[in-house]
Amino acid sequence: MLEIKNLHVKLQEEDKVILRGVNLHIGSGEVHAIMGPNGSGKSTLSYVLAGREGYEVTAGSALLQGEELLEMEPETRAAAGLFLAFQYPVEIPGVGNMTFLRTAVNAQRKARGEAEISSGDFLKLVRERANTLKIDADMLKRPVNMGFSGGEKKRNEILQMAMLEPKMCILDETDSGLDVDAMKLVSEGVNALRDAGRSFLVITHYQRLLDHITPDVVHIMAAGRIIKTGGPELALEVENNGYADLLAEVE
Amino acid sequence: MSAPQKNRADLAVRLGGDLPVFAGFTQTARARAMARLQAVGLPHSRDEYWRYTAPDLLNGAVPNLGAQHPQGQLGAKLNPLVLTFCDGVFDAAASSDLALLGGKIALLSNANTDLHFAQDIYGSLEERGQTPVARPFAALNTALAQEGVILHIKGKIARPILLNYVAKADLSDVILHHCIKLDAGAEVTILEQGSLGARGNLVIEADLATGSALHHIRSQTSDDAALAVTHLFACLHANAALKSFTLSAHGRLIRNEAVIELVGDHASAHVAGASLTDGPDHHDDTVFITHQGRACESRQVYKNVLKNGAVGVFQGKILVRQTAQKTDGYQISQSLLLDGDSQFLAKPELEIYADDVKCSHGSTAGAIDDTALFYLQSRGVPRAQAQALLVLAFMAEAVEEISSPDLAEDMRAQVEAVLQRSRL
Ligand SMILES: Nc1ncnc2c1ncn2[C@@H]1O[C@H](COP(=O)(O)OP(=O)(O)OP(=O)(O)O)[C@@H](O)[C@H]1O
Ligand SMILES: [Mg+2]
Repeated sequence: MLEIKNLHVKLQEEDKVILRGVNLHIGSGEVHAIMGPNGSGKSTLSYVLAGREGYEVTAGSALLQGEELLEMEPETRAAAGLFLAFQYPVEIPGVGNMTFLRTAVNAQRKARGEAEISSGDFLKLVRERANTLKIDADMLKRPVNMGFSGGEKKRNEILQMAMLEPKMCILDETDSGLDVDAMKLVSEGVNALRDAGRSFLVITHYQRLLDHITPDVVHIMAAGRIIKTGGPELALEVENNGYADLLAEVE
Repeated sequence: MSAPQKNRADLAVRLGGDLPVFAGFTQTARARAMARLQAVGLPHSRDEYWRYTAPDLLNGAVPNLGAQHPQGQLGAKLNPLVLTFCDGVFDAAASSDLALLGGKIALLSNANTDLHFAQDIYGSLEERGQTPVARPFAALNTALAQEGVILHIKGKIARPILLNYVAKADLSDVILHHCIKLDAGAEVTILEQGSLGARGNLVIEADLATGSALHHIRSQTSDDAALAVTHLFACLHANAALKSFTLSAHGRLIRNEAVIELVGDHASAHVAGASLTDGPDHHDDTVFITHQGRACESRQVYKNVLKNGAVGVFQGKILVRQTAQKTDGYQISQSLLLDGDSQFLAKPELEIYADDVKCSHGSTAGAIDDTALFYLQSRGVPRAQAQALLVLAFMAEAVEEISSPDLAEDMRAQVEAVLQRSRL
């Protein structure tokens, strides 16, 4: 599904290198988790994959289903099936959440040469999916993420994911800020979307999310590299011992 | 040459030799306006309210027409009665039957009009609006207007009245003057669209009797090179309500003035504008709201989108007289600068003589939010469409001043059309 090779990234405006040769292969239907200390480059990796400006790729590639992502506009990447649930979801005053969702769904359909969804079908779909995530009608009417609590913003990200039905979902700390019940809701939302044709890359600091969404593979990122890869037990090790031992191993 | 001398010299050039002679019910008003105009001359860049907008282009030679961007009929869903003016001349063939209107209607050009009320209105609100700030182009308009409609609205008129302007001739120099008198409890929606001419000067005088309501929605987005100066003079009696919204784009230089007087108690005046200006074009909103009655409310909401070295100007004043206790005044002017070359010049003014009032004003200039743009793109929305959404969001507070959802929707569609055309 996603094949990242030797990815090097620096800031465009500064001489600061953030990613120093990331290699990652996520097969179809797999769930991978990335853990790692603050500032190790996890969000940068997700932003670069999604196409945010301000970063310069100095080497490497990232293929989504065999197609080079790094040369596409962000909207083309989305239409190709990439989705990023933001660590810090963005507030957009003046743009209604509903309008936002419908515009996004239709833009992607259009890019794929499909017909627009009818208003009726769209409404039905949103209501149903919002309901499962306990997002009420009022939140749908408000401007995108405006006045949403931290947890509501994260649930809204998952709602967008559920509406857009992407192939490759990157969740950047979707669990932070969630209470126990919301964590369950979000995990259920993710698990409901798990299938053979869809993959996940879950960035998290906590083992707890991984209790709900069991990953196939866990990676540890430090200083812009993946320094260790293992099974779910690796997350437990981090939870219990922190990163010190792992970092020492690679030194 | 001193400033006043220069002003008068410019006027002499502008007026040329013999002044036209007008007969009929406007004769006296025109003569008085000409005298006012002769006293002050044309605007000069040293005049207090012309420092940000150089009047030279307006005072100079009339240009050719620019590329025209015809739009679909504004408010088509509401089946408006249409009055068409082609290069300033009333076009009966392209207009609805005036008899359909219900109220009284007459054309300015009909010198035999027997409308006593018209005689009372024509030029009178404009004249009141000349103090404390002279508005020479409005006086010029009253003195020389070629055409316009005089409307006397007696009840609630369901169908909007669309003033449809078509510009066809290069060098067309058009002066239109409309008067609207609303009787107590009357209500009407006036729409304006199109381009007056290569150079246009428009005055609307609106007299709102007790409990009457005027909705005014204007689109000036159809000429690439037009020079336009408009004035809306309105006088609101007790419980009257005015809502005026203008969308502007493409014109070379546009200056829209609103001069509103709230004389009765509990009246409400909302004036709003949204503009998209691509350099070197220049857009100016100049608003003067006077609170005289008690417990009146006024809102000024102006949103400018500027790019490629465009200049946007906002001069907005709230004057609260001593009698106007419990005034609620609000003013906001904001600009979205799509690049670093454009500028927004704002001059908000509050002058308050009553002690129990609530007035607020704010002015901001900012860039488009790149993070929001990326967020939208990351959801699959193409960049141009994402930008249009953000521009519409920026303008939302102004567009929300339009009461009719259909007309608001028309305006949003026009904003999108402008964005597509101009690649702002
Ligand atoms: N646009 C930017 N400008 C300046 N520094 C940046 C920028 N983007 C990333 N960085 C820096 O790059 C490093 C990696 O940041 P990143 O956000 O990718 O870390 P992270 O692994 O997601 O951390 P966290 O766990 O705290 O979310 C940090 O030192 C950060 O300060
Ligand atoms: Mg991060």
